[in-house]
Amino acid sequence: MTAAAAAVSAANEWVGHIAGPIRRVINLLFSVALTFLGLTCVTFFIGRIIPIDPVLAIVGDKASRATYNRVATEIGVNLPIPVQYWRYLNKVLHADFGVSLITAHPVLEDMTRVFPATMELALLALFVGTVFGVPLGVVAATHRGRWQDQLIRFGSLLGYSMPVFWLGLVGLLLFYARLGWVEGPGRLDVAYDDIVPTITGLITIDSLIAGESEVFWNALSHLVLPASILGYLSLAYVARMTRSFMLGQLRQEYVLATLAKGLSPFRVVWVHALGNVWVQLITVIALTFGSLLEGAVLTETVFAWPGLGLYMKNSLFNADLNAVLGGTMVIGVVYIFLNMLSDVIYPLVDPRARSRK
Amino acid sequence: MGWRGWLLDPAPASRRQARLGRWYRAWLGLYRNGLAMTGLFIVLALVLIAIFAPLFANHAAAFTQTLEDRLQPMSWAHPFGTDELGRDIYARVIFGSRITLTIVALVSVIVVPVGLGIGLPAGYFGGWIDAVLMRITDIFLAFPRLVLALAFAAALGPGIENAVIAISLTAWPPYARLARAETLTRRNAEFIEAAELQGASHLRILFTQIIPLSLPSVIIRLTLDMAGIILTAAGLGFLGLGAQPPAPEWGAMVSSGRQYLLDQWWVATIPGLAIFIVSLGFNLLGDGLRDVSDSRAG
Repeated sequence: MTAAAAAVSAANEWVGHIAGPIRRVINLLFSVALTFLGLTCVTFFIGRIIPIDPVLAIVGDKASRATYNRVATEIGVNLPIPVQYWRYLNKVLHADFGVSLITAHPVLEDMTRVFPATMELALLALFVGTVFGVPLGVVAATHRGRWQDQLIRFGSLLGYSMPVFWLGLVGLLLFYARLGWVEGPGRLDVAYDDIVPTITGLITIDSLIAGESEVFWNALSHLVLPASILGYLSLAYVARMTRSFMLGQLRQEYVLATLAKGLSPFRVVWVHALGNVWVQLITVIALTFGSLLEGAVLTETVFAWPGLGLYMKNSLFNADLNAVLGGTMVIGVVYIFLNMLSDVIYPLVDPRARSRK
Repeated sequence: MGWRGWLLDPAPASRRQARLGRWYRAWLGLYRNGLAMTGLFIVLALVLIAIFAPLFANHAAAFTQTLEDRLQPMSWAHPFGTDELGRDIYARVIFGSRITLTIVALVSVIVVPVGLGIGLPAGYFGGWIDAVLMRITDIFLAFPRLVLALAFAAALGPGIENAVIAISLTAWPPYARLARAETLTRRNAEFIEAAELQGASHLRILFTQIIPLSLPSVIIRLTLDMAGIILTAAGLGFLGLGAQPPAPEWGAMVSSGRQYLLDQWWVATIPGLAIFIVSLGFNLLGDGLRDVSDSRAG
């Protein structure tokens, strides 16, 4: 073999090595872009089918014919549909969701204001769901078919079946009104409003930074009930998925081999088997986070939690379509992003997925 | 031998015997599962109560406003108390089961054909048809379902029909995926080839060979989805986007009882309990059915 041929084959090998990941990244970007376009199509379509005349909503029903026509031309309702969609897409890509009718602020500005509240709630709920859900799933898998498994399975099914708004009301009735263990609706007592300067937007963290322990405990006391309720619902899903992943691992021969070598069952289950499952769990947790953002609409309504969900709910009732569609867009983009993230993280953490073409 | 022996005969003499035997074995599997039987009982009870609602409760008590009887606590006359307009909550919950069942039935009737209509051709013909159809499905699958249903319901205006449309629009993609997977596993089977050789058209093969074999897994998936559909519908109702007053929709009843929560707890909590029990029933049943169909899943 000549040196040139060797160089060519080495180059080919290198190309083959790098082409797989590159193709995967391109595929991924392509599908993310396509999903995003689909999302804009749907929100655009929703904006079109709404039975409210957008021009009338701006000018009011006492406006003259001339004013009506001028505004109609300005916002472009008479243009062909594809052109309207193109204009809409252009705006969305520039993060311009229009102005909210209720607050009279740009929708994006409103969103950035309310988003941290939702984040604080969803993050704590995710923490609760993971910290309790994963061990429960492992226990269910190791006690497969026995009463522990049945109990955990039944507990998850209960979680799947709870209407979150109802559970929130019952929780408020019991723990706030009757027992007085937690604070009621809202993020803070009125007395503590505006004491802590906003840094991260998460009140618990901001109050710690400012050293206001009283504010911190008040915020935590408001947070704990809605977060536990959302956490319980995500716990059900996390526990169930952990169980089925763990069952897949415990069937494998390496488990038997390590046990035969004299490793303690505890170590085999919680270190070796669970270590192999973490990668799959990341996907599950990412998706759980997405569904927590979604579930926020109902939970925040019940708990008067001033986040994205409550903002969208209020907009729904005032026919503030810009805000509703903007909110749908933001949650949709986060959702797509989480989906993508789990696709990206997967091969990074799991060498088997990396070598698979 | 008796009828049980006939049903469990390992060498059935006719198609009918084989089919009935298969069903009987599935039934035995379900029968052994106490939780699944509880679920079946709840679902059957829901259907019966919805059909024969006037036998269980007084129609007038559910809809007539008697303001002097408002917010009464539980008693013999009003087992679950009365709401803010003096209507009997027990009767309203009973009649509300009709709305729940209607929504669930309508969504199923829309979602299954749409899912099959997209999944079957994708799996059967493959190639670019598969690529296009599955790309569309994946796009819809990546959407946040509840939020999208909310936006649809808000745009279409409140009401049961629009809630059904909004839920269906976001609920079909898993069925397309499932139908495609089911078709792919059978696409190259010899009995399909045999049918092709006999000159059966694509449509005939899809309808006589593939759909009947795919239906069981679709039905199991549907049972498991029911709880989610009920919860979404109730959530829309709670937000005021579902059935409109004075319809006794359970989610809307929870919402209207909210302001009396602290003093008259039953107004909001009882209808919510109904939602919870019914969706638990579907979940228990679906879980059991899945175990029967796929014993490997454990």
